[in-house]
This record gives sequence, structure tokens and C-alpha cells, in this order.
Amino acid sequence: MWDYTDKVKEHFLNPKNVGELKDANAVGETGSLSCGDALKLFLKVNDSGRIVDATFMTFGCASAVASSSALTEIIKGMTLEDAEKITNDDISDFLGGLPKEKMHCSVMGQQALKKAIADYKGIQIMEKPGEVVCECFNITDLEIIEAIRDNGLESSDEVTNYLKAGGGCGNCLERIDEIIETAVAEN
Amino acid sequence: MDIVYVDNNATTRVADEVIEEMLPFYGQFYGNPSSMHTFGGSVGKKVKEARQRVADLIHADPEEIIFTSCGTESDNTAIHAALLARPDRKHIITSKVEHPAVDNYFKVLEKQGYRVTWVDVDKHGRLDLEQLYKSMTDDTAVISLMWANNETGVIFPIEEITAKSREKDILFHTDAVQAAGKVTIDVSRVAVDMLSISGHKIHAPKGVAALYVRKGFKLSPYMIGGHQEKGRRGGTENTAAIIGLGKACELAGHHLDEMNTRVRELRDYLEKELLEKIPASSVNGDPEHRLPNTLSIGFDAVEGESILLMLDREGICASSGSACTSGSLEPSHVLMAMEVPFKSAHGSIRFSLSCYNTREEMDHIVNAMVPTIQRLRDMSPFWKDGKMV
Ligand SMILES: Cc1ncc(COP(=O)(O)O)c(C=O)c1O
Ligand code: FES
Repeated sequence: MWDYTDKVKEHFLNPKNVGELKDANAVGETGSLSCGDALKLFLKVNDSGRIVDATFMTFGCASAVASSSALTEIIKGMTLEDAEKITNDDISDFLGGLPKEKMHCSVMGQQALKKAIADYKGIQIMEKPGEVVCECFNITDLEIIEAIRDNGLESSDEVTNYLKAGGGCGNCLERIDEIIETAVAEN
Repeated sequence: MDIVYVDNNATTRVADEVIEEMLPFYGQFYGNPSSMHTFGGSVGKKVKEARQRVADLIHADPEEIIFTSCGTESDNTAIHAALLARPDRKHIITSKVEHPAVDNYFKVLEKQGYRVTWVDVDKHGRLDLEQLYKSMTDDTAVISLMWANNETGVIFPIEEITAKSREKDILFHTDAVQAAGKVTIDVSRVAVDMLSISGHKIHAPKGVAALYVRKGFKLSPYMIGGHQEKGRRGGTENTAAIIGLGKACELAGHHLDEMNTRVRELRDYLEKELLEKIPASSVNGDPEHRLPNTLSIGFDAVEGESILLMLDREGICASSGSACTSGSLEPSHVLMAMEVPFKSAHGSIRFSLSCYNTREEMDHIVNAMVPTIQRLRDMSPFWKDGKMV
């Protein structure tokens, strides 16, 4: 059984801001059915660039639901400028921490937010820049490098906790180790 | 809150009769069964009785029973001994849906240079018999196949398979940890060389198990030490637990009928109610050849851990084949080998019953499941207007 904080349990059992937002003007989607979790984030942004409402729909485990609920609570009322600075750590901190194997749930929140903001600005995010390293979870080398850099990851276990990459068949683990080595050498 | 325990393939409640049988051997009767004095010898008599009771459950001779510390040790011991008995052979066979006690051992053996055939299962979890038979060769040392699957309850046709392996002189081990006490096991009719059972799945305590070893097969010990178990397993016997295992086997024999009538009906009732009341739900595993107590059922567009935590609030203890609960990221290797689609694999729940369950409990589960799945689907981006999107 996972050691979830009371805050995670509360946001799982009574999540805030669930459902489709009818008059949303920005949507960000991440994850997939095959990966085992997915989040669709809806934002309503006013003319002065402030998020006046945010809702979500999530498929996934308790910490995925709680992370989504936390995310919407954090960003409601924020300017897009401030919202852009939200990281997965902010989501996890809001919940009093997540088990390390569940960090990817907060990462999913950050990714959906990024996509929703880009959607609002009319920026096309190139679907998956870089080269796919992990086939099981469709994760590219650039995503792995970014996660290593942003979070100071040092092992393939940590990469798996953040991005899931490597947590399926494991065929990509050697390649992930190489990427870590190169990234560390470059630092 | 009352607990509704439907996770009996994970572990079971120790029966009151078993506790009662064991207690004196934690207190007053602490002697070593190997001792020369009457005090130790009286414990030895009870261990002997336990061995007889275990043997009776599977129609074996007591000399063919070795006590071990867990089902995992029984599995490991059997495979290890088979390979030592056939040192020239370098090929081994198992299935893609075994318990880690066999699966991970075979992975280690593969790394050590053994050629492994991992036999496939179809979408109902049935073994690919053609592939199995084709893979049996003169170089095959051992075949290890489970009698019944812990996640889906699917039963493999061990009798039919062992007729072939015997013909080809290949040693055969079966992990019957989930089968014992739920279906009839008769080693006088089934040509297995070794068979594992584990106490904590049949209302004995955790940490005690047995391995059946057919007369005539000289088993090299896995645990090397004293002369206990006729030199086949070193280590002073866990006397109280062994005596408990014996009692549990006796009870399991008495309850076999009930398991296949009343418990089966409860499971079937639960299955029918859930399928009827929850749309887009489907059973995993061959309904024709399945343990009477097990129901693995998948719900589209929702995730298993979330379901379990909501059930937990209602006092219901079940388990899931989903990734998130186990700490791994993919659904269970069993559901993946069956190619259960991701849409329902992630939302698969296992209910496993015992003789302690009641009809009222099944109703409680159904009443909790219907709104739980509804709530999670209302939240899911893959569910809209009553169906998968
Ligand atoms: C099919 C099967 N084999 C082996 C085992 C291992 O038994 P134990 O927990 O006693 O080591 C289990 C249960 O965990 C099981 O379900
Ligand atoms: S390819 Fe990365 S885990 Fe399978």
C-alpha cells in the first residue's frame, strides 16, 4: 500500500474542479490509455491573461487524480506568466509530497499545463521533439535530458520515477544510462 | 467497520481450528522433533501426523512430503533439484504467466546459459499446448507450469500435459499453490514429479509450505544442512507452523465440496451482478477452466489503484492487476501475456473468495462498486455519455 499523505487522500477522494469546462479557451492533454494515466486540463483565461477558471479530467491512480486537483487549485487566479513557472515540485509540495515512484504524476500535471498555455498562445508544440528512446511510454531523449537537468536526476531509477521511461519492458534502460552519462559529463 | 476480505489469493485468514492446534507447540511443547527424549519425540509425532494430513490432501504418501518455509522455497527447490538431476540438459520450459517464484528463477537460469521456452497463452489465459509439445526435446531438463493462476484463476490441463512429459522423460514440476484446497489434486493420477503448496493460501500461517516429491526421484537439497526431512531440507522444523499446515490441509479437504458449490456460486453471483450493473466490464480468464473462488474483472477507462482505494474506504479488501498498485508501471505480466487490451487491463480488479465469505458481502461489494466505477468514469477523459471515447 502506498504511503500517501492526508492531503493526497483528500484530493483523491474529494477532488476539486473535476469535469469539462464548457467555456474553456485553452486545453492541454497529456498521457494515454496505454501508459496508464492521462490528464486533460481545461483553462479559462481572461483578456488580461489571468486564469479565471481551471478544471480537469484524469484517468489514473490516486496520486494522478490528486496531482490534477492540486494543479487546478494552484493555478486558479494566477497570471499565465506566473503559471508558466509552476513545476512538478510545486504540485508535489502542495500535496505534502508524493511517494518517489509516483513523481511522474506531478510531472504529468506540469506537462499538461505547459501544453494548455501553448494552446492559448496559439503555439504549436511540436508533438514530441527528439528521438523516441522508450517505446513503452513514448518518451524521447530530449524529454529525458530535460528531466535530468531540471531535477538533478542521477540514475535510471530516478528517470523512471519521473517520466516512467524504463519502467515497462526495460529494453531502453541501457540507452537511458548512456543519456545520463553524457548529461553528467556535459555538466 | 466490518472488513469484507476478498483477497484470498494473496493470503488467507488463519482458521481458528489451526490456531488452536498450533498454540501448544509455541508454549508447553517446545521440544525438537529430532531429539532422542520423549519430550522432543512427542512433537515429532505431531509433525508426522501433519505430514500424513498434507499427503492426504493430494493423495500422496507421507514420505513424499517435504516441509519448507514458503511456496517460493518449494518452487525454487524443485527447479534446482531437477536441474541437478539432469546435468547434461540445457533447455527448460515454463509459461509466460507464472508467479515470480518461478518466473524470476527462470530469468536467472536464462542468464546463466539455459535455453528457456516461455510458452504463450491465448487471450483467455489458456496455454498454447501445441507450442508446449513442440518445444519438448531430449535436451529439456524440466518443465515448470502452474496448476492454477493466481491472478485469473485459470487452470492448466496438468494431467494431459504430464502424460506427454512423462513419455519424453522430462521432469515436471507444478506450482499448485493456488490450486490446493480449491480443486481436487490427485498425484496418483497426474504424472507430476514435484508439486508446491503454501500454507498461507489455505488458512495456515505464512512462512510454512510443502513440496511433494515423487518416490524414486532423489532430490538434492536446496537448503543444505542437517538430516531433517531425510536430508532433503536442512534446518530445524518450524514445528508449530507445520502442525498448523497439517490441520489446514485436513480442513481444506473437508471444505473442497463447499468451495466448489457454495463459494463457486457466490463468485458466479458477484460476477453476474457486476457484469450486469456496470457497463463496459469484462472477465479476464477462461470461464470454463477457472478456480471456483477467483474473479478477475476489468472496467474500461478507469484505473485499478483508484478503484481499490475507494473500495478500501468501504472496508473491502481486493487487489488489482494494474500497474500502479505494485510499483511497476505496466499492467501485470499475466494480463499482458493474455493481451488484455490496455483500456481494461489498467482497470482490472481481482476478487478472490474463501469459505468465510457470505452472500451479504457480495451484495456489499456490488453496492460499492457501481458508484465507484461511475465516479471514476465521470472523471475520466476516456469516458463520455456512457461509453469509451
Ligand atoms: C501461484 C503462486 N506461487 C507461489 C507463491 C508464493 O508463495 P509464498 O508466498 O508462500 O512464497 C504464490 C503466492 O504468493 C502464488 O500465488
Ligand atoms: S522501451 Fe522503455 S520500458 Fe520498454
